[in-house]
Amino acid sequence: MSKAPAELKYVETHEWLRLEADGSVTIGITDHAQELLGDVVYVELPAVGSVLAKDAQAGVVESVKAASDVYAPIAGEVVAINDELVGAPETVNADPYGAAWFFRIKPADASVLDGLMSADDYLGQIGA
Amino acid sequence: MSTQTTPLNATHRESGAKMVDFAGWDMPIHYGSQLKEHETVRADAGMFDVSHMTVIDVAGEDATAYLQKLIANDVARLGFDGKALYSGMLNEAGGVIDDLIVYRVDGFAGYRVVVNAATRDKDLAWMQQVASSFKVELQERAELAMIAVQGPNAIAKACKVIHEEWESTVKALKPFQGIALQGGWFIARTGYTGEDGLEIMLPADEAALFWKALAHAGIAPIGLAARDTLRLEAGMNLYGHDMDESISPLSAGMGWTIAWEPVERDFIGRKALEAQKAAGVAQVQVGLVFEGKGVLREGMRVVTENGDGVITSGTFSPTLKQSIAIARIPAGSSGQVSVDVRGKLEPARIVKMPFVRNGKAVFA
Repeated sequence: MSKAPAELKYVETHEWLRLEADGSVTIGITDHAQELLGDVVYVELPAVGSVLAKDAQAGVVESVKAASDVYAPIAGEVVAINDELVGAPETVNADPYGAAWFFRIKPADASVLDGLMSADDYLGQIGA
Repeated sequence: MSTQTTPLNATHRESGAKMVDFAGWDMPIHYGSQLKEHETVRADAGMFDVSHMTVIDVAGEDATAYLQKLIANDVARLGFDGKALYSGMLNEAGGVIDDLIVYRVDGFAGYRVVVNAATRDKDLAWMQQVASSFKVELQERAELAMIAVQGPNAIAKACKVIHEEWESTVKALKPFQGIALQGGWFIARTGYTGEDGLEIMLPADEAALFWKALAHAGIAPIGLAARDTLRLEAGMNLYGHDMDESISPLSAGMGWTIAWEPVERDFIGRKALEAQKAAGVAQVQVGLVFEGKGVLREGMRVVTENGDGVITSGTFSPTLKQSIAIARIPAGSSGQVSVDVRGKLEPARIVKMPFVRNGKAVFA
């Protein structure tokens, strides 16, 4: 059974978002996404300072069996990336909502999160 | 067509297997982690339900002559009872209809052939068609289950739970040798992982109990996902990916399975292969070790100094901790090549397969 913490927001491409105190937004992939992928063996992250459009490709996550793009669910500048994830991609399977965050975006407008899915909406969409 | 199940289907579900459709069969893809399963087979012992594979016994006074026509390798090389041979079954154009293992079984006055599940229907139709000009009977043995136990400790652990009186016989089997035993059992020292082990055919109604006994002996269940990474590290072809009816065995790393001698043996596909050899084989199979970013996947373009090739199987190698692939590329290439990974050319190195044998990296 896939987990989806209630305090996060979600998008249908299986990324989660968390608004931080400083106004930045942390982004990762969901428990459901890591379950679908299986054992993750490779992660590619965007460059710090790059400016991403909404839905632009921001990275790649590959398991033994499949490759999947990671998208920027909202527009903004990349202000931090989780470098440790590149050296330990298996963290994506072990802790998708914690240690396996992918990158942090400074959105032009934090209110864009309001329109995104809640945990219940997301779980409903994936049929969990 | 409705989904088919093996006699171990309920057992897999009880073990928490994630099930997927494979060639119309409901099969376990993994039991939690394909990486852990892969490592278990390399370091200890794992077992695979391969009951979906098709077993066909060939008997009759023309059995030898029939198989000498049907397949590219020569069953006359099977020098003693139980000896096994790997071969391609070719069409007249020299394309690969399927790859198979054939065992000589004197007790059946003939042979046992094991072919792929995904190609069962066309294989049987072709085998029957060729059989029409021989005195031979083909019998599919759908009532048999098949369990492969593989890994450095697999034979020792399996021997704890097989019939006591069979133990010494099984331990004495040489690689690529099998034996027909009482009660419809057949045990062979063969596999698809690059490790030592056994493939055990047994009556379907005994399979679940035997599987549980193997588990009790410390053999872990392994799904199809790890089976694929294991065979790829072992440099073994997967039908429908590394070769098919449009691909010559000479371009699929199967040259060693073609018995050219005796020259008068006119196996199906021989004339086409001889013409290919005379003209020069344009594409050859190689192993690739990836040195770039990402993971090599089937279908990716390989750029060489002699033109483009294609990856036929690619994955992340759990043993080597890097990506590897089987590729078909223009003949004469060596050294470094590039692979088109989603639009970026990334470096890879041509190597001689296998990548891994008996738990260790062996490629060069």
